[in-house]
Amino acid sequence: MTVLNRTAKSFLLQELLSGMWLTLKYVFRPKVTINYPYEKGPLSPRFRGEHVLRRYPNGEERCIACKLCEAVCPALAITIEAEPRADGSRRTTRYDIDMTKCIYCGLCQEACPVDAVVEGPNFEFATETREELFYNKERLLANGDRWEAEIAANLQSDSPYR
Amino acid sequence: MVDFWSSYAWPTVIILIQILAIVLPLLLAVAYLTYAERKVMAAMQMRRGPNVVGWWGLLQPIADGLKLMFKETIIPSGASRIPFLVAPMITFTLSLIAWAAIPFGEGIVIADLNVGILYLFAISSLGVYGVVVAGWASNSKYPFLGALRSAAQMVSYEVSIGFVLVTVLLCVGSLNLSDVVRAQQSIWFVVPLLPMAVIFFISALAETNRPPFDLPEAESELVAGYFSEYSAMTFALFFLGEYANIWLMSAMTSLLFLGGWLPIFGWEPFADGSVGQIIWHGLWFAAKIGFVAFCFLWVRATFPRYRYDQLMRLGWKVFLPVSLAAVVVTSGVLVFFDLLPNK
Repeated sequence: MTVLNRTAKSFLLQELLSGMWLTLKYVFRPKVTINYPYEKGPLSPRFRGEHVLRRYPNGEERCIACKLCEAVCPALAITIEAEPRADGSRRTTRYDIDMTKCIYCGLCQEACPVDAVVEGPNFEFATETREELFYNKERLLANGDRWEAEIAANLQSDSPYR
Repeated sequence: MVDFWSSYAWPTVIILIQILAIVLPLLLAVAYLTYAERKVMAAMQMRRGPNVVGWWGLLQPIADGLKLMFKETIIPSGASRIPFLVAPMITFTLSLIAWAAIPFGEGIVIADLNVGILYLFAISSLGVYGVVVAGWASNSKYPFLGALRSAAQMVSYEVSIGFVLVTVLLCVGSLNLSDVVRAQQSIWFVVPLLPMAVIFFISALAETNRPPFDLPEAESELVAGYFSEYSAMTFALFFLGEYANIWLMSAMTSLLFLGGWLPIFGWEPFADGSVGQIIWHGLWFAAKIGFVAFCFLWVRATFPRYRYDQLMRLGWKVFLPVSLAAVVVTSGVLVFFDLLPNK
């Protein structure tokens, strides 16, 4: 009887037809892909994207050139040079991140005692040349000004878990 | 001079216009079959498919075609130049000339051959030459293996297609495709000959090298099979030929089993011979072809690829005996119940 059953099933293409019925049902399911450049998926507040250098509300840059980020960076992507400024405070004269080396581990952000260097929510910074990805201090500070609102909100919402 | 005009030149012009009237829509249909394939497969995999070029991605096939047109045709230095360039032309031409014998409605056919089925069968068998020549002329191992597979596969499945055609012919009593359709006035052959229709459809999948029988171009093993070495327009010709063959096989399935241009249940809202009726019939034929072509895409989205020995086993040890038995049974039933046509 089982042999008969099996033969009947294979000649009636039962399994094939049930497979085709399944794919047909999937046509009417909602799509899982989003219309990417026009629609974007949700990001966690901890998302580690493009780096920024932040400023205090009075416009003074936060970075105090402690070089902890440079020391912790496993990819050796950060280069810092520093000198005392005229008012006696320690500030960087050079703060470069080589974005082609960076592995987006977030250790620089973890190490920073003053929340100066932060990985923001921006991940759409592809460029047409390699040189554009060697970020200098101006570029990083400009990023900070541009993304400050989002970054502050993200840090705020993530602070209870830090 | 007048004689020359009326007996040679004018008929030539008429024929050219008829050819263009079939080939241009056909090429457009071929282009949009690739679009439909991407959209249908995307839908079945819960994706969106092409949707950026034009409205809902409708201009995507045009963009693809333009891209292929403007690319460089690369001829490998080891290839035999002339066969290498002739092979895609063979494939493409053969996929187009078969349409001469396809009736789109009562009397709407370029060549009303009384051996229409034989003609279609012969043309689709010739298709293997383009593949074999391409595989040989490329002088490269993957195309060669792909061509061998394709040749063996097409020859194997033609045998069962041949016997399926014989069962249909037994019921029709004519090789003329218009007669085949007329014989289905009372009932479409898909009902009495359902197993044959299924075998024909599956063999058509193998004949057009479509998944799950796409071993000749199994990309995981053979890069792209017999057209691995082709680029730009030569590649496009293979591609167009392949998709034109899908339309051709869909048209054949509709003519042989789904009643060609006949509406369902003899539903004829227009007067006999009126323009309305011709369009009505054309629409029915197009709808049936579209449905069968959709099945081609649907099967592709559903099933994984066969292994080569399974493919051969299915062709020679399942379809061949079954279709042979069907020929015997069909002719027996026709003789026993005294149903033979052309008595």
